[in-house]
Amino acid sequence: MAESQVRVLVVDDERPIRRFLRTSLTAHGYTVFEAADGPEALAAVVDQRPDLVILDLGLPGMAGVQVTRRLREWSQLPIIILSVRDGEEDKIAALDAGADDYLTKPFGIGELLARMRVALRRAAAPAGEPLYAVGELVVDLARRWVTVAGQEVQLTPTEFDLLRALASNAGKVLTHRHLLRQVWGMGYETESHLLRVNIHNLRRKIEPDPSRPTYIVTEPGVGYRLRTEIAM
Amino acid sequence: MTNSSGRRDPDQLLAAIQTEEQQAGRGRLLVFLGYAAGVGKTYAMLQAAQQRQAEGLDLVVGYAETHGRAETDALLAGLEIIPRRQVAYRGALLSEMDVDAVLARRPALALVDELAHTNAPGSRHPKRYQDVEDLLAAGIDVYTTLNIQHLESLNDIVAQITGVIVRETLPDSVLDQASEIRLVDLPPVELVQRLNDGKVYVAEQASRAVEQFFRLGNLTALREISLRRAAERVDDQMRSYMQIRAIPGPWPAAERLLVCVSASPLSERLIRAARRLADELNAGWFALNVETAATATLAPADRDQLASNLALAETLGAKTITLPGQSVVETTIDYARAHNVTKIIAGKPLRPRWHELLRGSVVDQLIRRSGPIDVYVVSSAATPAPSGARPPAAAPRAWRPYAWAGALVAGATLLSQALAPRLDPTNLAMIYLAMVVLVAVYLGRGPAIVASVLSALLFDYFFVAPVLSFAIADTQYLLTFGGLLIVGLVISTLTTRARQQADAAMQRETETAALYDLSRDLAAALGREDILRTVMQHVASTFGREVAIFLPEQEGADELTVAATSERLDLPADELAVADWVFRRGQPAGRNTDTLPAANLRYLPMKTARGVVGVLGVAGSPEPQRHLTPAQRRLMDAFANQVALSVERDNLAQQARQAVVLQVTEKLQAALLNSISHDLRTPLVSITGALSALLADAGQLDAAAQRALVENAHEETERLNQLVGNLLDMTRLEAGPLALRLEPCDVQDLIGAALGQLGARLQQREVRVEIPADMPLTPLDFVLVVQVLVNLLDNALKYAPPDQPIDVRARVQGLQVEIEVADRGPGLPPEDLGRVFDRFYRLQYPGSLGGTGLGLSICRGIVEAHGGRIQARNRPEGGASFTITLPLSIKDIGHG
Repeated sequence: MAESQVRVLVVDDERPIRRFLRTSLTAHGYTVFEAADGPEALAAVVDQRPDLVILDLGLPGMAGVQVTRRLREWSQLPIIILSVRDGEEDKIAALDAGADDYLTKPFGIGELLARMRVALRRAAAPAGEPLYAVGELVVDLARRWVTVAGQEVQLTPTEFDLLRALASNAGKVLTHRHLLRQVWGMGYETESHLLRVNIHNLRRKIEPDPSRPTYIVTEPGVGYRLRTEIAM
Repeated sequence: MTNSSGRRDPDQLLAAIQTEEQQAGRGRLLVFLGYAAGVGKTYAMLQAAQQRQAEGLDLVVGYAETHGRAETDALLAGLEIIPRRQVAYRGALLSEMDVDAVLARRPALALVDELAHTNAPGSRHPKRYQDVEDLLAAGIDVYTTLNIQHLESLNDIVAQITGVIVRETLPDSVLDQASEIRLVDLPPVELVQRLNDGKVYVAEQASRAVEQFFRLGNLTALREISLRRAAERVDDQMRSYMQIRAIPGPWPAAERLLVCVSASPLSERLIRAARRLADELNAGWFALNVETAATATLAPADRDQLASNLALAETLGAKTITLPGQSVVETTIDYARAHNVTKIIAGKPLRPRWHELLRGSVVDQLIRRSGPIDVYVVSSAATPAPSGARPPAAAPRAWRPYAWAGALVAGATLLSQALAPRLDPTNLAMIYLAMVVLVAVYLGRGPAIVASVLSALLFDYFFVAPVLSFAIADTQYLLTFGGLLIVGLVISTLTTRARQQADAAMQRETETAALYDLSRDLAAALGREDILRTVMQHVASTFGREVAIFLPEQEGADELTVAATSERLDLPADELAVADWVFRRGQPAGRNTDTLPAANLRYLPMKTARGVVGVLGVAGSPEPQRHLTPAQRRLMDAFANQVALSVERDNLAQQARQAVVLQVTEKLQAALLNSISHDLRTPLVSITGALSALLADAGQLDAAAQRALVENAHEETERLNQLVGNLLDMTRLEAGPLALRLEPCDVQDLIGAALGQLGARLQQREVRVEIPADMPLTPLDFVLVVQVLVNLLDNALKYAPPDQPIDVRARVQGLQVEIEVADRGPGLPPEDLGRVFDRFYRLQYPGSLGGTGLGLSICRGIVEAHGGRIQARNRPEGGASFTITLPLSIKDIGHG
């Protein structure tokens, strides 16, 4: 992907953070725009047509969650949330509102760049990509076919639905709520033990070491994410 | 005492200072005193008020009765009148002063007419002067009016002069405490003229009595009384002025009066007389009741009379004392001597002359033994003693001892008959004597007399020649008869007295024992709960009544709350209001008192030297009209005092504990500040150093050096980040109970997430994870427990050599889940195993990285919030091991 054309909107009320992001991202070939609060951000999205938004949750006036909701009313552009520790509630709310990913402050620029790449790739990929492959795991969504290192893995229908939900949003954090609703349906949003048990079983079938999962990553207190690249 | 040197008596000085101090915060009371209705008191009061208002004083009319007189009404013009409260009573609508409204309005001065007025039932106080007390206590000055005949101590004199008994009376102490008395005077002739002109209001139904009252002679006498009263007052003021200024003068020897009070209704008169005398002499006075064996067995009605006599004395300003004693005379004289009493006032005896001859008169004995003390004897003849109407106590079943006495004497006769052939008649008398002694000891005086007389007669009849006749041949047997009679009387009198005294002593003993039991149990009580329970128990068992205890929520707080009540007692909100009043005023109130007598409970302030710590409420007896005896009342007061002391002790103990906690907290905070400032600065120094070196670089640094600087700064940033994170967690843990988001969680997921968070740092490290396949879901706060594991793993990474593996093991142990994180490092110093979870505990290794000393204490906080435990131990094969144990059931998880 030609990063030189990628336009990034940085929304944060802290000037030093905006400055640091502008410097680092510009150095990596992104075109950076800045906004200091919610209304400014919404206006900038209209005016500058960015490809990606980096959004701080703790904005004065209109909170980041609110901005996410407003944006999602008409736009699908990737949103990466910046939050602080202990901000699980806000984080989940923002993810449920449609944000793609989150980073906890303080974060390294490398981590941010990686997340940005994933988000951009997902945005660029044609919807309903039938095949997902990472490491030795291959999920063929159309044929309900899962292999690990070439070996077919037998999954229950629920496990497959769960894996499909993760795979079709690969790289994106899916909240517990979102997964429960997607796989089990409305009314199951609080039955988190179903999710725990099925994730546990799924891991035992596809992870080489279920205690140190490589594919399905737990985001504590938030949800799960399927990795799109395995490289440390 | 005589104060001949002209120096100020410290007591008096103190009293004067106290009065002044008291009056600084209190309102001042100005009484417009008149000798009869119609002299123009209300008029004078309103006139004065108009003048004060013209001077710009903020005043209101709380209650003014103009009786529709135009000139008086006119004076009300322009004054702010607080609307009266309407009280419905037996179909009539009575209007009373609205005390609460006046208190809420807070004027500088309030006008309240007719001080001696009795309020409608259901009012805050039964008497208006008590309302006025409230106003004064709130710092409001009060103008009021009073007719002289309403004064308690003059009540009987007025009745004597006018033949009209005044029902509404006012304790003299109220007038004594008035800042000023203004006498409203009008010559009696003019008053009568005004009455005839219809200018004086009189209640219709009482017109005949009024005619009798308003006779010129009566009015003149009343006028004299009021003038004299006012003059006495001026005299007092002048004297105390001289005393305070230490003006030498002819001081009268300080007189002290003592009035003997008994259960007789005539004592009232005595008490009033004593008060008048005390006033005239400007003397302090005592009212003494001696509790002898006889009074200890008083009938309930007499007890109430005694209590009311003592209460009257107290209202009139006496210091009342009740002393136990063998004899009234001796105890009275002893007390009088010990307290430098100069005059004793006793009532004229009412008993018939023969009684006095037989038993001696108290008054005579008093006079004989009083020595230098004057004895005043006051006549009691004015009212006939109603005591004859009272039935003798314990009349039924009284015949039994007599029957026994008869039977015993008959027995003695039979025995004597049997022994007669062998014994002298004189010795036979001994058998009778023994019988009389037996009767006297066991059956009391009456039967003893009967037995003596019977014995004498039977002895004479059967054994003294001539036998079978009452005639006596030998006069020496008269001596035998006399002996029998005297022995019987003496022994029975002695035993009766001994028994009565024993009874009295036992009663006192019971009281003392009750008090002792209470104080002993209170001393053993630990903590407020315990104290309250003890008190409830003791009051219930001693008085057989329901109890409520009121304490402020915290010490020093204003709001009174119910700390404990008996089970069956229900307390409406008004009751709490009464308790609150008692708490604020430090005076008893409620049932059977002068204040808010409509309440269900009697409320006693629990006072200590430092103030009122709470209120003790005691419900009325289940049987109506069953009043507490003075002894019980005293005992209850003593109880309240004991409880007060215990509560205060508990308060002080709590304060001490809080002080210790505070001290510890302060110490910790100081340590925290030290530690933080050090820990925060160190990484900042490195970061600033590295960055400034890069900034100042003009090409001297090669790429490797630059990279080294940046890496160093980056590492330090991580450390700083961790520290800030720990501090935030600590703050959250300290801020109060942690809000846990408990969800059933997969332990494998948990461990995986923790390992995932450490990410790159674990790359080079072997981590062995052991989790049984059948591990159940465990309810826990995922984020927080992940953090615990991260902290434990982080420690292991820090302290164990990089080539050694870290073991993570989970297992189910009964109803708990155990997760262990173990390393193969140097382990923990054995003596520190108990301290590693303390804040700021750090392992002191040479060259150790040094954490914040908060990580493990955060772990403990989180685990304990889950109702779990965290333990540290050293592995036998070397290395440290930390185990967290979490309950599997949500029920076991405490929130705190």
